[in-house]
Amino acid sequence: MKSSRMKAGMGRVLGLLLAVVVPMQSGMAQSGPRSFSSLQDRGFDWPSFESIWEVVTLQQYNTRLVVASTFILGLASGLVGCFLLLRKRSLMGDALSHACLPGIGIAFILGVTLFGEGKSLAVLLAGASVTGLLGVGLVLLIRKTSRIKDDAAMGIVLSVFFGAGVAVLGMVQNMPSASAAGLEYFIYGKTASMIFRDFLLLSGVAVAALICSILLLKEFTLLCFDEGFARSQGWPVSLLDVLMLILVAAVTVVGLQSVGLILIIAFLITPAAAARFWTNDLRTMLILSGVIGGVSGWLGAGVSALLPRLPAGAVIVLMAAAIFFFSMIFGASRGILRRSMSMRRLKRKVGRQHLLRAVFEIQEKTWKEESLRPANVDISYDQLLHHRTWSPRQLKKLVKRAQGEDHIEWVDWRTLRLSESGFGEAYRTTRNHRLWEIFLFTHADIAASHVDRDADSVEHLLSTEMVRELESKLKMASMPESPHEIGISRKEAV
Amino acid sequence: MIWYSIDTWIVIIGALTAIACALPGSFLVLRQMSMMGDAISHAVLPGLAIAFLVTGARASLSMFVGAAVVGVLTAVFTQWISSWGKVDRGASMGIVFTTLFAIGLLLIVQAADHVDLDPGCVLYGSIEVAAWDTAWTFSIGDLLVEVPRSAIVLGIVSLLNLFIVIAFFKELRISSFDPDLATTQGINAQWMHYLLMTQVAVTTVAAFEAVGSIIVIAMLVTPAATAHLLTDRLGLMLILASIIGALSALIGHLLALVVPPLIGFESTTTTGMMAVATGLFFLLAWLFAPRYGWITRVLFKRSVVSAEAEGS
Repeated sequence: MKSSRMKAGMGRVLGLLLAVVVPMQSGMAQSGPRSFSSLQDRGFDWPSFESIWEVVTLQQYNTRLVVASTFILGLASGLVGCFLLLRKRSLMGDALSHACLPGIGIAFILGVTLFGEGKSLAVLLAGASVTGLLGVGLVLLIRKTSRIKDDAAMGIVLSVFFGAGVAVLGMVQNMPSASAAGLEYFIYGKTASMIFRDFLLLSGVAVAALICSILLLKEFTLLCFDEGFARSQGWPVSLLDVLMLILVAAVTVVGLQSVGLILIIAFLITPAAAARFWTNDLRTMLILSGVIGGVSGWLGAGVSALLPRLPAGAVIVLMAAAIFFFSMIFGASRGILRRSMSMRRLKRKVGRQHLLRAVFEIQEKTWKEESLRPANVDISYDQLLHHRTWSPRQLKKLVKRAQGEDHIEWVDWRTLRLSESGFGEAYRTTRNHRLWEIFLFTHADIAASHVDRDADSVEHLLSTEMVRELESKLKMASMPESPHEIGISRKEAV
Repeated sequence: MIWYSIDTWIVIIGALTAIACALPGSFLVLRQMSMMGDAISHAVLPGLAIAFLVTGARASLSMFVGAAVVGVLTAVFTQWISSWGKVDRGASMGIVFTTLFAIGLLLIVQAADHVDLDPGCVLYGSIEVAAWDTAWTFSIGDLLVEVPRSAIVLGIVSLLNLFIVIAFFKELRISSFDPDLATTQGINAQWMHYLLMTQVAVTTVAAFEAVGSIIVIAMLVTPAATAHLLTDRLGLMLILASIIGALSALIGHLLALVVPPLIGFESTTTTGMMAVATGLFFLLAWLFAPRYGWITRVLFKRSVVSAEAEGS
């Protein structure tokens, strides 16, 4: 649908395109080449089945290498990215990867002056790690010793270090003795032209990161969820923090030279954020995030090998983003659909309980005024409407729903009463509310005039066991009296 | 070191960038959204690419509009993801800007045969080239003044930002420090947020065409953070941030002229050195600011402790 629109006229759909660009970007990756080829009159052939099969089964050495490398990198960065996300430091990878640049430049200069050859991988990586870690250390130090917050500290380190890197590279470019060409791989990556040495390096670092995270899982978990507690238990919090960032730095530096700066930032953030939607358990999240990172690396590298003119790094980022958006909507534990559904259910439950309790309270008042036996008496609709702050429309909807659930029945058009099951439910609901109110009143020292509101925020979530516990604590089995006068303030308001 | 009139223009362009950035940047720092400048400057790439593909030319205005729109969208998408998906704001910012950058990269590669749109040029910029691009010439007496185009653009953006900050000073201040209070006073904090984001996007795009995005990020955050260490008053902070930014531009250019010959190189990138200069100012304030400096506070604490010891 989208590609045909774009063919119809790029100019007119610019606004539309921008509006749908994020949710649709996985489609974009594929529709891009077709539409632009039509726009610019460039032929485009779909890959044949054989070539798809060749890529899927990893028959070419180069594809195999790229797919394996990005898979492993995705795995490792997805893993350490989890800790960053839970520590609310996702953008640390951003600052860190930018801070590597001056190190690369300085290492190149040192390499040239000391060994005569600047582009030795080990020297460049060492330089990148040194300034990267220095930058991250500065972020921590600035945060600790000044009123500057995390975000500004990261922004300062990122821009100043990257600026220094640009300045150093600017000097290097005019160096007479050595060619500095190729250093820019550190920024844009060279995913498609990886060699076996890169693969070995990546897998070595990935395995090391994996082992470290498993060994330090307990410590990192506590650090992520309760830093204060970890500190009070006498754990070396700052040391653990630095250790965590060293892991991140290791993954970032090796990732930087093989897949580039933007991809490594995305790899550290996106898989972890996607995994968070599916689970509340850290171990599951770690595994899931690693798998999501790995799979998006694999899919992205595969697609970019199949179709011409698609840079692997960008396609991988888009794959990860597509998985993220899918998870954001459909995630089983925190996805939008799941949360809105349970929210709706809770809202309905609260509405029903409010209605039933209101009816019960009105009936109770009638018994007391006319000294009747507790029974399911008829009440008038207007009385109900003025009992709480409902609008007529709201109340009509609530009553209609309660009717459908067979809790309420109309006697005539202005009078209604509870059904058999509705009366039981109303009794239970009112009792829970009062038990909780009395508990707050007697045990939590909250004034009687205030308990109604507080009880309201908890009672709908009370489980049966909790109610039993309340009963035994308050030694009450039957219906207690309300600790405050019912409906007084509302009557006055009316 | 020889100082030509072109050097004056480089410093003036740098200083104008600094002032244009310092005004919205101060609010970014106060609202703890400093990374927004970084995110926007990466994310505008698809805007540039689409504008190019649609118009087929490197016309400045369409590219400017395309980039600014995508820049504002970056803020909108970040807001959506963090509020609907309950994702940490930093993480959602990271997801949005990497995704948009990847889309931009794909679009550029698709059109690579026809474009000289180079991501490197966007990232680094070249203030030296911008200074040569004269748009307006006039003379005062014997002196021939050739005003570069980017100086005019950045001057306009600076004035615009100044106007917005003065006009909405009260609203911006309240909604930055206490969004809830702003709401109770009838100020739409959400609108103020997007006004600020639009300002940041427009400034970023206007500036990086001339000077590259790296200096924009540096000028947005670092002088503002430096000023934040020096004063508690918002008005003063805005003025100080502008002054520090402008001074950084001057000192950065001096460094770029002086440092490379000292260590045996020919030349270097001015914008990089300007970013370094902002860092030097921050370093000074971080350590020695009269009230919030690290060393100042340590010394003060020590003197209090020893005074107490003497007193007791």
